[in-house]
Amino acid sequence: MTATTTSARSELSELGRSETALRTFLHGLPGVDQVGAEQRAAQLGTRSIKTTAKAQAIDLAIRMVDLTTLEGADTPGKVRALAAKALRPDPADPSCPHVGAVCVYPAMVPYVAEVLRGSAVHLASVATAFPSGQAPLEIKLADTRAAVAAGADEIDMVINRGAFLAGRYKEVYDEIVATKEASGDAHLKVILETGELATYDNVRRASWLAMLAGGDFIKTSTGKVPVAATLPVTLVMLEAVRDFRAATGRQVGVKPAGGIKTTKDAIKYLVMVNETVGPDWLDPDWFRFGASSLLNDLLMQRTKLTTGTYSGPDYFTLD
Amino acid sequence: MFEYAPAPESRSVVDLKPSYGLFIDGTFVDPTDGGSFKSINPASEEVLAEIAEAGAQDVERAVRAARKAYDKVWGPMSGRDRAKYLYRIARLIQERSRELAVLESLDNGKPIRESRDVDLPLVAAHFFYYAGWADKLSHAGFGPNPRPIGVAAQVIPWNFPLLMLAWKIAPALAAGNTVVLKPAETTPLTALLFAEICQQADLPAGVVNIVTGAGDTGRALVEHTGVDKVAFTGSTEVGRAIARSVAGTSKKLTLELGGKAANIVFDDAPIDQAVEGIVNGIFFNQGHVCCAGSRLLVQENVADRVLESLKRRMAQLRVGDPLDKNTDVGAINSAAQLERIRELSDAGSAEGAERWSPPCELPERGFWFAPTIFTGVTQAHRIAREEIFGPVLSVLTFRTPAEAVEKANNTPYGLSAGIWTDKGSRILWMADRLRAGVVWANTFNKFDPTSPFGGYKESGYGREGGRHGLEGYLNV
Repeated sequence: MTATTTSARSELSELGRSETALRTFLHGLPGVDQVGAEQRAAQLGTRSIKTTAKAQAIDLAIRMVDLTTLEGADTPGKVRALAAKALRPDPADPSCPHVGAVCVYPAMVPYVAEVLRGSAVHLASVATAFPSGQAPLEIKLADTRAAVAAGADEIDMVINRGAFLAGRYKEVYDEIVATKEASGDAHLKVILETGELATYDNVRRASWLAMLAGGDFIKTSTGKVPVAATLPVTLVMLEAVRDFRAATGRQVGVKPAGGIKTTKDAIKYLVMVNETVGPDWLDPDWFRFGASSLLNDLLMQRTKLTTGTYSGPDYFTLD
Repeated sequence: MFEYAPAPESRSVVDLKPSYGLFIDGTFVDPTDGGSFKSINPASEEVLAEIAEAGAQDVERAVRAARKAYDKVWGPMSGRDRAKYLYRIARLIQERSRELAVLESLDNGKPIRESRDVDLPLVAAHFFYYAGWADKLSHAGFGPNPRPIGVAAQVIPWNFPLLMLAWKIAPALAAGNTVVLKPAETTPLTALLFAEICQQADLPAGVVNIVTGAGDTGRALVEHTGVDKVAFTGSTEVGRAIARSVAGTSKKLTLELGGKAANIVFDDAPIDQAVEGIVNGIFFNQGHVCCAGSRLLVQENVADRVLESLKRRMAQLRVGDPLDKNTDVGAINSAAQLERIRELSDAGSAEGAERWSPPCELPERGFWFAPTIFTGVTQAHRIAREEIFGPVLSVLTFRTPAEAVEKANNTPYGLSAGIWTDKGSRILWMADRLRAGVVWANTFNKFDPTSPFGGYKESGYGREGGRHGLEGYLNV
């Protein structure tokens, strides 16, 4: 790290001390032109990824999946099955890589931990009164500590959108700092819920806020509001992590979540990562897909590439 | 690393003939004196086809055919019936768009992504748009029942061969004129395929005539006494010669010439999108764009930041095979153009500007030039004054809005300009003061058939596109 980034880093770490400093900084970030950002995202979506490049992209995408179930109806049986699938997504093909992580509610963490123990698949738990985050801070922190204690090594927290939209940036910042502390060694993913932030300017500000407060990952969505991950939102977040690393030397990961269902979609995201932030982020440590049905489509396309024929959906496990 | 495997568009959708004649009076004919030239693929220097070269006698035949069609068929025809033909042509263009796009990329060197996603959709849109006007000319603002002019001589450039054809032919035909069009000698093929589409659409013979050839053919055409209207898109130098030759005649003239557009970036601009706009402004179509944003005026207090982002973005540009679907920058259209770009770029270095290109491997055969920017450019440099017509950007800085306007206007050209700022009032203030026919705000190189396009000063006169585009083809 150069001397400039070191000093920039210490200057940026001071921002969280004052509401005014935070506001001045976040509102001083360059704006995002909506039309331009959407056009760029659409243009990247026209890349044609075929043959060897497609095979490479599919395997990478599988390794990046946070296989997720976040339902009121989740049971120990359901999440165990999901964890088993995470370890061996395609039982018919041992060369198929395992996914990045399994993502569940805190109450389900112990059951998943049993299955994943000793494997390289991470265990993510949502926390902080997911998905709304509308609970007292103490409860959110207790939620986080419980998930970590039960075996989660990644915490997906939600930001306080109410505070963010009301302009109380320091409150949002302090909550993230507190949650980071409560997470201990677990990796902290900060869910911005971009569908509720509504504008790209807000997405950029919230991204910086989450990174300044110590988030290891920024994540688009809970999957519980109508608008989840989109390509332009992810583009704005990728630009934010790129600029943040240039300013501070610290690399932060990105996780689009919700609504990514097909291999074609996933490849568009990978192209965007490749051409916006470069190969440093093309790794499950730095980019993840929060998804459930995506995995089976990836497996179907993978089988098609290796065997030359499409198998019916019945050949892939439903969990 | 994530390497994209080659994704070539199939050449087999194009059925190239070994040789092409002239399209006169509804049929392909041999030239009277039998001259010909070759059209090559600029990405490989491979010969694509042998093209007939029209001499004075062929031009005579074509103008006569156009006159006859104007007098007997197209002039008297109702607007509603002309519209039927134009709609039919528009639909055929859409149906055959893949074929046309591949052929355009083969002959011109532009990436298939552009011919497929930009050129062809705009070509079809232009015909659809003007088809709609054909029976509504009384409502175009030129008085009741405006009359066509007659026979239009149209000479078009090689940078957007089919799109420029559409800009010329669609309004001319909608207004009731007949045309003789000369495509550029390096890119005649899509115009000849368009001639086949006219046949397929049963367009009456002589309404559209295509004569191929170089400068001499063009001169014979615009100087022909049987022509009532001349429309030219190309260099300012040739435009001047045409204006001289037309002076003193009753011919109407519209010219769309060169440019040296300023793309102005203020310190409150959305930087990431501005960088996209800069890239699109100068590297779109290899910079072979008359309205290209070839002068970047960036506010000095953000210049370093913008340039750093621009360089990072330029390193992502994929230069190479125009038919690969992932190519961003294709081949330079001809050896002569490549020579001109090299000469001006060398002058830039010699005059002390700092030259930079991203590392990129250029193919060995064909005509190629890496995307290039020059920093430390002043208004006195040749690369800040002369149109390069290639992927070369000159970067200058300014301090205040007034200085930006002054520098932007300090050129003999006046075709287009771009403004990047988050402040709406400043956009309007600037647009009022910029002497340019088109001013884009927070975007660049956006085209639409409904929007008039054309220049100030040495960038030409007359407007193409929109309701205004009809005026050049009506006796008003």
